[in-house]
Amino acid sequence: MPWRPLVDAGSLRRRGQLWTAWTVVHIVPFVGVAVGLMLLNPLAAPVAFVALAHAWLIPELYAARGANVVRPKAARARSAERRAQGLLGDLLGHDARDLQQRSGLALERGELGTWLVGEAGALLVDGRRVYCYCVRATDSALPPSDRIAHLLLALRSDEAGFATVANLAFAGAAWRVRRRLEKRAREALDVARRQSVRRAPQPSMSR
Amino acid sequence: MSKLIRMDHTGHSLLAEWTATDEASCRAAGEAFQRELDDGYIAVVSEGEGHATQVRELPQDADLVIMRRPIAGG
Repeated sequence: MPWRPLVDAGSLRRRGQLWTAWTVVHIVPFVGVAVGLMLLNPLAAPVAFVALAHAWLIPELYAARGANVVRPKAARARSAERRAQGLLGDLLGHDARDLQQRSGLALERGELGTWLVGEAGALLVDGRRVYCYCVRATDSALPPSDRIAHLLLALRSDEAGFATVANLAFAGAAWRVRRRLEKRAREALDVARRQSVRRAPQPSMSR
Repeated sequence: MSKLIRMDHTGHSLLAEWTATDEASCRAAGEAFQRELDDGYIAVVSEGEGHATQVRELPQDADLVIMRRPIAGG
């Protein structure tokens, strides 16, 4: 994708900040309307409440779109999936393998942050912020674990390229994404957040 | 014994096996490797946890070479 500049730590941080600014732009007018209405006439409380509900709902919808990228897709042939799970297990370390079997997400530490790779998307956890990427293997007949293995190998061989090809569906607070994840995926996000916080600060990427 | 596998709808398929000392098996593996590249597959050598390298020629000394499809933004 030559038209997209290669993602690095700086551009990633800027995109995250842009998403935060975008969220604020959505929230502030509604909160302003709610406060203004209450100051003008307390009888307008129901309308003010609707405005506040909008201020809450819009970022939640964005976060739900972000969380959806790692939602499991339809199940495939069981024997193929067993075989694929074996290969994926070989690619992962012991702890990551256990976590993947429990949560459906493969944890991978990278230069940009800690990744959680699903069947058709990945979460990049960098401190308190999560970047939700929509990305998939181009073969739709693959069993779920092979899809994850595809993305994992692509990520390992070229992390910056992976983040460049993937489409950013949402970037925002980890707590907001966590609420929208499937219950079993939340554990993986918690582990990734702990690992991300433990990472030494990296001023810039070397690649 | 080194293995060349392709991730596909069956989970994965074994395409070739070779040993660096057996010239015939190396040649057969190299041909299978090239066929997959021509079909649009990407070859990756997994180098343990967290590391993988994309290759364009069959590395004779690799234990496992995996052929995968390209990825795309969703």
